[in-house]
Amino acid sequence: MEYINILLKGIFIENMIFAYFLGMCSYLAVSKTVKTANGLGLAVIFVLLITIPLNYLLENYVLKEGALTWISEDYASMDLSFLSFIMFIAVIASIVQLVEMIVERFAPALYGALGIFLPLIAVNCSILGGALFMQQRQYDGIGEATTFAVGSGIGWWLAIVAIAAIREKIRYSHVPAPLRGLGITFIITGLMGIAFMSFMGIDF
Amino acid sequence: MKALKKLIDNKLKPHFEEGGKLKRFWVVFDSLDTFAFVPGHTTKSGTHIRDGIDMKRTMMMVIIAMIPCLLFGTWNIGHQYLLGIGEITSATPLMDMFWSKMGWGASRILPLLAVSYGVGLGIEFIFAGIRKHSINEGFLVSGMLIPLIMPADISLWMVGLATAFAVVIGKEVFGGTGMNILNVALTARAFLFFAYPTKISGNVWLMGNEGDTFIDGATGATAMGELANTIGIDANSPATEPIRSMFTDGSVYSFWNQFIGLEPGSIGETSALACLIGAAILLLVGIASWRVILSFFAGGFAMAFIFHTFAANDFMGVEPLHQLMMGGFFFGMVFMATDPVTAAQTNTGKLIYGFFGGLFSIMIRVFNPAYPEGVMMAILFMNVMAPMIDHYVIQSNIKKRLKRAAVAA
Repeated sequence: MEYINILLKGIFIENMIFAYFLGMCSYLAVSKTVKTANGLGLAVIFVLLITIPLNYLLENYVLKEGALTWISEDYASMDLSFLSFIMFIAVIASIVQLVEMIVERFAPALYGALGIFLPLIAVNCSILGGALFMQQRQYDGIGEATTFAVGSGIGWWLAIVAIAAIREKIRYSHVPAPLRGLGITFIITGLMGIAFMSFMGIDF
Repeated sequence: MKALKKLIDNKLKPHFEEGGKLKRFWVVFDSLDTFAFVPGHTTKSGTHIRDGIDMKRTMMMVIIAMIPCLLFGTWNIGHQYLLGIGEITSATPLMDMFWSKMGWGASRILPLLAVSYGVGLGIEFIFAGIRKHSINEGFLVSGMLIPLIMPADISLWMVGLATAFAVVIGKEVFGGTGMNILNVALTARAFLFFAYPTKISGNVWLMGNEGDTFIDGATGATAMGELANTIGIDANSPATEPIRSMFTDGSVYSFWNQFIGLEPGSIGETSALACLIGAAILLLVGIASWRVILSFFAGGFAMAFIFHTFAANDFMGVEPLHQLMMGGFFFGMVFMATDPVTAAQTNTGKLIYGFFGGLFSIMIRVFNPAYPEGVMMAILFMNVMAPMIDHYVIQSNIKKRLKRAAVAA
């Protein structure tokens, strides 16, 4: 039951885009068509799914205060959490590189579909944001952290595919010339934010 | 009538056409002319059925379908007011003081209608003039819907502000009628809901004149405002007995009272019966989609049934059908979810859209302590999701057909 809560919270209530506005740059830039948006969304789910559990291990066995006790009791007072930003981003960047190579080697079709989006994800703030939320919320065990990763990934995917579908639809609209492109996209994002507020405040 | 039409066409029209003296008022003339007479041309842009009727006739049909709700709402405001000041009791025959109830209601509703139409159509006229398109008839319906989903005690300036926001940000920036993503009337309400939450939260919806004293116990709370107090308390606990007793037969929120609409609430939403009459009209003339209405109802019923089965608190424990009678579920189902512009466009998409709309309506209402009512937010959410649903329905259709073509070849 706890897992379902975390999953639904990640998708709807604490949606990366509409609750925290994370990952906006690629969200705005790559949402012109549903096909590419879908690709990027899947890549985000994929990377979150790998980096958050890894960062969870890093946090709990290296960085946190007293995390190093598994080496020696002498390190019980050691607190390396000031390093978490740089460690998390290093993990994310290297994992993205690694994932890219593996996908290229073993699943060329997927690699072709994801294209440039896979390397771009290294600089997507929702990935680092996910790792930092994981650190802040103190998930109980790696299972919960992974569930959170999947939930927030699906939430991000849902948001970008939904706005891409809307942008495909309004291509035939008579939008005032100065607003075409990014202008109207910002307005749509705001309106979608209102719609997503339906879930805010729900506490299981 | 014919002579009048001839007079307008021959004598008045030239002044407004290209080269005439009053050319800049062409949009105003044109909209009033086509409002009164069937125009000699058909709709050219936007989402519409390519049929004998044009958009303006469609909109008029929707307005006719809303009249039962409007009339009942007018009467009900007066009824609730007289109940509140103790002039009548729940034992008084309903038809007593009919005209004073209607008069009181009309004194509240007519200013709301005037503000909503005045502000909305004013903005439409400005945009139509600047952007050189004809007046969008879509606002005829939105302008009627906006007062109907407001509490009776709302300030007029708030209605004006919300209407302006909804028309400009919700519709005109997308290019006007037929292009909007979110339902315009619901955008107006959501704007007020988030900007002035205390005015529209469903707890103090009883309004009176300066100096009126209300009888003890008259709070004007809606059924769901009361039920929201039971969240977090076990079902059937003695603490919530007073609230539960309000929902038994013969009490203020009994099933039949809510079906007919004898309860406080937004102006047009209280009566499920009036909404059903509206639904019958819309379905008969083929404007509303039966798929949306049916699946919306099914979704709401399914969720209410699941809640009823588990019944962790008294809000969940309400009988499924009774749960649906409450609040704006029927109004949203008939007039909001069926909006042909913002709903899903494909047939399968409509079923999915409606089902989840109903499901979320009940879920948000019961789960989210911040919102006593969920229909508005659920429909807005599904409006946002509708293009995506359509996209995937179309894609799966394409895939199926490709497969069939491949087999045939």
